[in-house]
Amino acid sequence: MADEVILLDFWPSMFGMRTRIALEEKNVKFDYREQDLWNKSPILLEMNPVHNKIPVLIHNGKPVCESLIQVEYIDEVWPGVNPLLPSDPYQRAQAKFWGDYIDKKVYASARLTWGAKGEEQEAGKKEFIEILKTLESKLGDKIYFGGETFGYVDIALIGFYSWFEAYEKFGNFSIEAECPKLIAWGKRCAERESVAKSLPDSEKIIKFVPELKKRFGIE
Amino acid sequence: MAERSDTEEVKLLGMWPSPFSRRIEIALTLKGVPYEFSEQDITNKSSLLLQLNPVYKMIPVLVHNGKPISESLVILEYIDDTWRNNPILPQDPCERATARFWAKLIDQQICVAAMKVVGKVGDERDAAVEATRDLLMFLEKELAGKDFFGGESLGFVDIVATLVAFWLMRTEDLLGVKVVPVELFPEIHRWVKNLLGNDVIKKCIPPEDEHLAYIRARMDKLNIKSA
Repeated sequence: MADEVILLDFWPSMFGMRTRIALEEKNVKFDYREQDLWNKSPILLEMNPVHNKIPVLIHNGKPVCESLIQVEYIDEVWPGVNPLLPSDPYQRAQAKFWGDYIDKKVYASARLTWGAKGEEQEAGKKEFIEILKTLESKLGDKIYFGGETFGYVDIALIGFYSWFEAYEKFGNFSIEAECPKLIAWGKRCAERESVAKSLPDSEKIIKFVPELKKRFGIE
Repeated sequence: MAERSDTEEVKLLGMWPSPFSRRIEIALTLKGVPYEFSEQDITNKSSLLLQLNPVYKMIPVLVHNGKPISESLVILEYIDDTWRNNPILPQDPCERATARFWAKLIDQQICVAAMKVVGKVGDERDAAVEATRDLLMFLEKELAGKDFFGGESLGFVDIVATLVAFWLMRTEDLLGVKVVPVELFPEIHRWVKNLLGNDVIKKCIPPEDEHLAYIRARMDKLNIKSA
């Protein structure tokens, strides 16, 4: 009996991108269903009753919510190909720590780079760069965050890379000037098939931001 | 005769009244892992703490054979991966994902909403109570027909949810605000009784009198009226 895998998602979501990448890494065929977040579908409301948020992974009728939880789930259900988390408990803990750090820190400050003005925006930019620098020093001279192999922490962060040019444009700053190694890492990841399939073009995101601002009532 | 250095060295940097610290003690005790507890003062952080958790500078930090792990949910999973007896997380991937989901809800939303109940007054407090109750309803439904979130025995979500049972619910007595009344949350109340019947829980939660005195002192310091 074939697996039925559905992903409720929204094309610019850096969180949805994580789950797309994980499924692609495992060569899992899935039914991608674009959601309208301003007119939520019955299936979204039913499958994520607590948060009503995307992404939602539905595997043989059962929902899994929260993107990093989905990535771990995918790794556990399809262990044979491209392991996403290390097998050593300490290395796993390190990966989860940094995945959690990315979840806690990156989105909030990143959002201020396009969603805020004046002092608030400047403070957001400053914090965002500090957080990226912390991640960059964690990456060091490694190819990926986990070392030789692409994995969980790379997946946690790479979706934001598709938004970098938009942050730079609307925030009027250069990420590459501050974090060149991270940009190089982003380019390396983008060459991976799973990432190339899952990330939208930066241009598309740049066009989307003004529309998003309107939706949120931001000038 | 075995050398001391042959045995695992497990150290926990924590704080006796912290729910995040206590949950680690519960997990280690459940697994029968001996550990050394080091009480930390976060108002005057030790150089050891700053060295071992440079990112957040917070407790708990578990140190296993010299290697530090931070963030309580990460630590709990590390403990479960390392000492395989008395598993905390379920085996099935879907159940594991669900357990992780509830744990995240408790820490990122219920905890935050509950802190607003304590920290706010008037209408803002009422709104925080509503928000906390709405979230707790999900846990209430999850407990239906089960002794524990983990089923017949304690699991990951039970350990994380001790924050609700022994911190939120102890604070409400002091605040004079019934956030979790038994009429609305009979399953949660039943679950708390089950927890109190468990030896590991009894051993690892802060003793009630001292804990209430501590909370009362903190509320006084923050100028929060206690009942």
